[in-house]
Amino acid sequence: MALSLNEMLQMYRQMLEIRRFEENIADLYHKGKVPSSAHLYIGQEAVAVGVCSNLRRNDYVLTTHRGHAHNLAKGGSMRKLAAEILGKATGLCKGKGGSMRATSFSDGVVYSCSIVGANIPISAGVGLSIKMRKTDQVVACFFGEGAANIGDFHEGLNLAALWCLPVVYVCENNLYALSVSQTRSTLLEDIATRASAYGIPGVVVNGNDALAVHEAAEKAVENARNGRGPTLIECKTYRWLGHHAGDPGLDYRTKEEVETWKRRDPVKIFRELLLSKGAAEENVGAIEAEVEEAVRDAMDFALMSPYADPKELLTDVF
Amino acid sequence: MIRELSMVEALREALAEEMRRDPAVIVMGEDVGVLGGVYKVTDGLLKEFGPERVRDTPISEEGFVGAAIGAAATGLRPVVEIMYSDFLANCMSQIVNFAAKMHYSSGGQVRVPLVIRTMVGHGRGHGGDHSQVPIPWFMNVPGLRLVVPATPRDAKGLLKTAIRGDSPVLFFEPHLLYRTKGPVPEEDYALPFGRADIKRRGDDVTVVAISAMVPRAVEVHERLRDEGISVEVVDPMTLNPLDIDTIVESVKRTNRLVTVEYSPKTGGIGAEIAALVVEKAFDYLDAPIVRVAAPDVPVPVSPPLEKMTVPSVEAIMEAVKGILA
Repeated sequence: MALSLNEMLQMYRQMLEIRRFEENIADLYHKGKVPSSAHLYIGQEAVAVGVCSNLRRNDYVLTTHRGHAHNLAKGGSMRKLAAEILGKATGLCKGKGGSMRATSFSDGVVYSCSIVGANIPISAGVGLSIKMRKTDQVVACFFGEGAANIGDFHEGLNLAALWCLPVVYVCENNLYALSVSQTRSTLLEDIATRASAYGIPGVVVNGNDALAVHEAAEKAVENARNGRGPTLIECKTYRWLGHHAGDPGLDYRTKEEVETWKRRDPVKIFRELLLSKGAAEENVGAIEAEVEEAVRDAMDFALMSPYADPKELLTDVF
Repeated sequence: MIRELSMVEALREALAEEMRRDPAVIVMGEDVGVLGGVYKVTDGLLKEFGPERVRDTPISEEGFVGAAIGAAATGLRPVVEIMYSDFLANCMSQIVNFAAKMHYSSGGQVRVPLVIRTMVGHGRGHGGDHSQVPIPWFMNVPGLRLVVPATPRDAKGLLKTAIRGDSPVLFFEPHLLYRTKGPVPEEDYALPFGRADIKRRGDDVTVVAISAMVPRAVEVHERLRDEGISVEVVDPMTLNPLDIDTIVESVKRTNRLVTVEYSPKTGGIGAEIAALVVEKAFDYLDAPIVRVAAPDVPVPVSPPLEKMTVPSVEAIMEAVKGILA
């Protein structure tokens, strides 16, 4: 079903929120306000938003160490997410999980798995739970192309396929597993071709085109929701920054390569698309102003929030 | 007279009763369905509950334990069988990094009501990677409940508590005791975690025995009674939580402690219990604590050598007499 202009404006808002949110987190990281590392999503916004724009509030998402965006795209609180990344008591996880494990469970984010590939079998199990509870929920599982080389990928996809589970596997191929490029970790050009090994559909899509991602995910979500099992969607994209906020990302990539991808800016592409579809410049501008304000508010909230009370150390173990 | 069941039968009964009680309980693992489990613990469950709730899995421990975690986090209560506890190494990351930590690291948002049942200490020539008793590996992992039953009654009651609880549980089933029969109540019951059971009362020595070492310690109690030595046998039943109070109370009466396990001695269960007793009751000890355990070797296949890796009744008796000498 074609997206309405309002739905597309909402997608633009979310992509811009992610962009500005991550820029602010990078800034706070460099000011020493982030107690952990922070793996930023800038450049990949079209993937999280393109997929999650197909999800309902009670659908599930599992993400990774690079998971701020999926929490936001699934409707998670920007304030609580920012506070979590800063390790504050008001954060999603009371500051116990931090950037890599930030999890907005009540919005359907089951967990952010900071060990590469681990969320792939866990998502299969979420799918199993959906199937056995006989609801029409689905689960979207995000991971990078680096995760496609770990055993969890094979074991998880095999189980999801074998049991025909309502899972949408989304490989965010940003070309680098930390410093190791895809060409130095697999002979395959497309990770999606691995889908055939499990007897499920594999789709390659331009991961910088939110509309293309949305359409690919729409079909996969519909299949999952209607008992037709999992799909592997590979979104070709690029992270503009290093592996994490402290990594310049230029020891293993050329400036030219980075600049080439920056010219394919998914947020800018989507903005132009909106205008070409008849969105008024002033409406777009209003959204941009609101996003700036919301992100500033979230950062202020996080910065002013206290750390956890020492008695929190020993709670939540069991 | 109370009926007698084997531990296998008692475990099977616990699973079936919990599956009848709660539709969220499912069973999954290698060969648990059609075959009914290689030790027959899940025998008959497929027939009663069907293939949706009793799932044979491919050989992929990391995969199906991960899947069980996901299912547990979103409304099911999976009971997973890991055929040999040695294979816990194959799914270590899912257990240690996810099942154990998701509740804490999410600030209490995520619950993982998962039970992993696994056979320990095969004891029949299956060799170093099929015979281990890897219980101590997990004592250093906050967030996991560790259950070590030694009788059919305890196994049934503790498994029920494990399934009904909201935290991940590793449930260690001793192969050496699978076929041993014992009394099991007919009525529904569950045994609490963190409450040790004094299997035999005694005044001279406290023997804390773990898992398959419990009946051996009980036999030591019987045999030494004729020699006028009174041995108290304490079975902690769960190692997380550990009922150290009961152990300490016992030591305060007997003033002597022997620990018995069949995991390797170094960094073992006895080491932890000994340290706790020294911290809490040093002044009551009349003799150095003695740890009886497996030697620090992989379990060999050679029958006479393998036998030496499992503490015998004689070895425990010798330790008890030694601490009294």
